[in-house]
Amino acid sequence: MAVYSTSEFKAGLKVMLDNDPCAIIENEFVKPGKGQAFNRVKIRNLKTGRVIERTFKSGESLEGADVVDVDMQYLYNDGEFRHFMVADTFEQYQADAKIVGDTAKWLKDQDMCIVTLWNDAPLAVTPANFVELTIVETDPGVRGDTSGGGGKPATLDTGAVVRVPLFVQTGEMIKVDTRTGEYISRVKE
Amino acid sequence: MPADWQPTCSLELLRLRAQTLAKVREFFAQRAVLEVETPLLSHSIGTDPNLAFFSTDYISAPVTQTMYLQTSPEFAMKRLLASGSGSIFQISKAFRNSESGRFHNPEFTLLEWYRVDFDLNQLMTDITDLISYLFGAKLDLHAMQRISYQQIFYQHTGLDALVFSAQAYNEFALQIGLPEALSLCGHDHALWLDLLFSHCVQARMEHLSCYLVYGYPACQSSLARLNPADARITERVELFINGVECGNGYHELCDPQEQDRRFCNELTVREQKQLPVPTKDQHLLAALVSGLPDCSGMAIGIDRLLMLLSNSKSINDVLAFPVCRA
Repeated sequence: MAVYSTSEFKAGLKVMLDNDPCAIIENEFVKPGKGQAFNRVKIRNLKTGRVIERTFKSGESLEGADVVDVDMQYLYNDGEFRHFMVADTFEQYQADAKIVGDTAKWLKDQDMCIVTLWNDAPLAVTPANFVELTIVETDPGVRGDTSGGGGKPATLDTGAVVRVPLFVQTGEMIKVDTRTGEYISRVKE
Repeated sequence: MPADWQPTCSLELLRLRAQTLAKVREFFAQRAVLEVETPLLSHSIGTDPNLAFFSTDYISAPVTQTMYLQTSPEFAMKRLLASGSGSIFQISKAFRNSESGRFHNPEFTLLEWYRVDFDLNQLMTDITDLISYLFGAKLDLHAMQRISYQQIFYQHTGLDALVFSAQAYNEFALQIGLPEALSLCGHDHALWLDLLFSHCVQARMEHLSCYLVYGYPACQSSLARLNPADARITERVELFINGVECGNGYHELCDPQEQDRRFCNELTVREQKQLPVPTKDQHLLAALVSGLPDCSGMAIGIDRLLMLLSNSKSINDVLAFPVCRA
């Protein structure tokens, strides 16, 4: 793998730090006029999602991390692992609950998502920005209410719970923004 | 065709730069300080191991000589002072290799001036007057504060900048979330000061604050003379506005032997770090032997001042063509 020097630390660059794959978020060059040059780097640990700051002497380097984002189709959950497939090659990957994390509540069989691979093994799973899911349970709405002010909780077929307007009913399919967890609209089938 | 042919700064900034340079010239004209020009391309270069320089080939058949783009016009200006120029100033480009970031461009504009018979206190008054003259009501600066390095360092870290303790320094670094500090700095006092001052002290200087920090520890003396009453500190001052380092000044070192010794030390460090080792500037040493008048000098980054005058986030916002478009 390539080695990157502090001057090459750009947002998005994937590097190894403390044996974990990380992504550079920000890199600030700090140099007293008459002193040592440093790079103050904001970096996200891709395993834990934690963001830390770390200072390097300018000119120091880090090894690159073999991290790629791949579009995959979510296949099924066997109880222990969730299985994904690259549509073009039919290559399959499996990821446990620790890796899938919170994304699990947005994953519906056959939907597309992004699997982040580190050394060809899943590291994280990111759902599509918008998913269409079916309401399996919600309180019946008040008759004639179409505004949806306030709303009510609704449980979706993946287990996620989102707030929906009062007029939306059990059995309906809705569109949700996975980045905010917010209801967008009803989906006509 | 490349899409990045246009300047990165606005046309207003071009005008602000022109106005600021005109005001600098007014300021020094009022004080009878002579404007001078010295070479950007020279046979010699400063030896500071922390300043990387650009070198190039001067082809003067049949020989080819190495020449250097100046990291500051200091040496040439001191040669003028030693020749009897009296107080002088210069607005010139300066070049520092590898320096690029939000506050750095490898080519930048430096205002440098020397006042004959000024000590550090008089120089600080001069700096205060210039900053007030340039900023006027544009930036509502609190009264400029003069504070010693030891005092401001203690205020923000609780540590003594003059007495090094790797343990105490490291305990503080851990407290402020710099666990890497010990492996970065080891037992190098000057390096610890660079790290803690830039990461902590500067970061904690308030908005709209303006500090003249004087009395730098001797390990950071550079070309300043040592304080005659306390050899632990040096006659060096730095200007910080909103926590941004804007300039550096000295009560200048006049002793040719001491200068020669510092050159040798810096060249040794360069050898150890496997950096390019230039030759000592014999012209400067000869000028010091001939006699540099007692004087104080200051250098201020004009681009940083423009950033502060225009509330710009990046030096690219005040340069027509930063290095990526040059």
